[in-house]
Amino acid sequence: MKYHFSLMIAIALLAACATPVPPPQKLRLATTTSTADSGLLEYILPDFQNKFNAKVDVIAVGTGQAIELGAKGDVDVVLVHARASEDKFVADGDGINRLDVMYNDFVLVGAKEDPAKVKDMTTAKDAFAAISKASAPFVSRGDNSGTNSKEKSVWAAAQITPTKEMSWYLSIGQGMGETLLFANEKKAYTLADRGTWLSQKSKLPNLIVVVGGETINDNKDKTLLNPYGVIPVNSAKHPGVNFDLATKFANWLTSAETQKKIGEYGKDKFGQALFYPSTSK
Amino acid sequence: MLEIISLTLFVSGVALVIATIIGVPLGAALALRTIPLKKIIGLIIYTGMGLPPVVVGLAVYIFLSREGALGWLGWLFTPSAMITAQVIIALPIVIGLTTSAVENVNPELRLQIRSLGATPNQVMWTILSEARAGVVAAIVAAFGGIISEVGAVMLVGGNIEGSTRVLTTAIVLETRKGDFGLALALGGVLLTLTLITNFFLLRLNRPPSS
Repeated sequence: MKYHFSLMIAIALLAACATPVPPPQKLRLATTTSTADSGLLEYILPDFQNKFNAKVDVIAVGTGQAIELGAKGDVDVVLVHARASEDKFVADGDGINRLDVMYNDFVLVGAKEDPAKVKDMTTAKDAFAAISKASAPFVSRGDNSGTNSKEKSVWAAAQITPTKEMSWYLSIGQGMGETLLFANEKKAYTLADRGTWLSQKSKLPNLIVVVGGETINDNKDKTLLNPYGVIPVNSAKHPGVNFDLATKFANWLTSAETQKKIGEYGKDKFGQALFYPSTSK
Repeated sequence: MLEIISLTLFVSGVALVIATIIGVPLGAALALRTIPLKKIIGLIIYTGMGLPPVVVGLAVYIFLSREGALGWLGWLFTPSAMITAQVIIALPIVIGLTTSAVENVNPELRLQIRSLGATPNQVMWTILSEARAGVVAAIVAAFGGIISEVGAVMLVGGNIEGSTRVLTTAIVLETRKGDFGLALALGGVLLTLTLITNFFLLRLNRPPSS
């Protein structure tokens, strides 16, 4: 009897210690593989999780899928870099209160040998034309991602339509990390966002930046800028989402303190920032 | 689409044929002959049946990569690499299940045939014919395993449009593009293909015309 009584006291004490802290709220964030691969989220999310007693579940998928997850209400907030898709997402009523978060740029990388002789051309458009003319191997993400959309717009500007019949054009339908590894293996050209490029560079010994310079300030091709947007999912259309927490997240992401942190990410590891906060524009 | 379907059948078909030609006789031999370390070899084969396909893909990738031991073959990102990976995945399944099927044939039968003067090879083929159902099950299981596999073929094949894209990797792509409807439809096509192939494989169960 005495034993049972002490046990009950112990359990009651434990329960009392456990109750004051409510369990963390969950926020489901759909973002792109490029964003996730850069490592930025691991760097900034702990601050949000601590400040708001939340746990952020990051679902990193292709841009198309990330938007689709938001459109189905399967996530609470979306962070992507494909303006046309984002605008459609909001216009369809699936997302609401889009905010600019940060931007970086795209670079054209290729083998050191540079068979198409594009090194240090000013615009990607000219480089793409030269690559097509030389039938030099070019890898495309081929997955309707933000990066893929940018690539397609550059081909359109150069008035070239690459097709799978062209043996030098390899459309592999995969994420940025895998695409860079593939390009490294095949010694081919590819368009990459600078963030992923910088964080993966050490694993890509055969590749160098051929168009776009070593930092975003050196990039003379302004069409290669890559802006990111955060969009909470509209709870009016998708009642199950945590709109309140998603809004807090969007506001926190664009707050002065977080924006400063975003601008610092990568400096010590790569010698330059991977992303530029929107507020610095 | 047609290209993707025909490549899927080609890669898995060739891999299955190779795994069958190597695996069935090996499986029978393992069951019929007394060899040292038989139990350990059996254990390794059974473990091989549970080998994660993506790990096989990674190993094959490392070997076929530019700096890898077999990089000179130039097979990476071609159907040859995909077939290689699928053979490695299928082989333990074919060997393991064939061994099991052969072991389940009545041992009296073996003594009977031997007493009639059969050579060891003739013994093996007769027993295999008796174990037909189990051997067909082995082939069907291996086929199901490799045609539905996605990790290895994605790694060693590269999912290149027009040359190494198969149904499973296409499904992954359409999913990441957000086109769930098309991904499901491709899944349906894959299931139908497997159904049709198994229909023909199961016809091997018929007793040989004597």
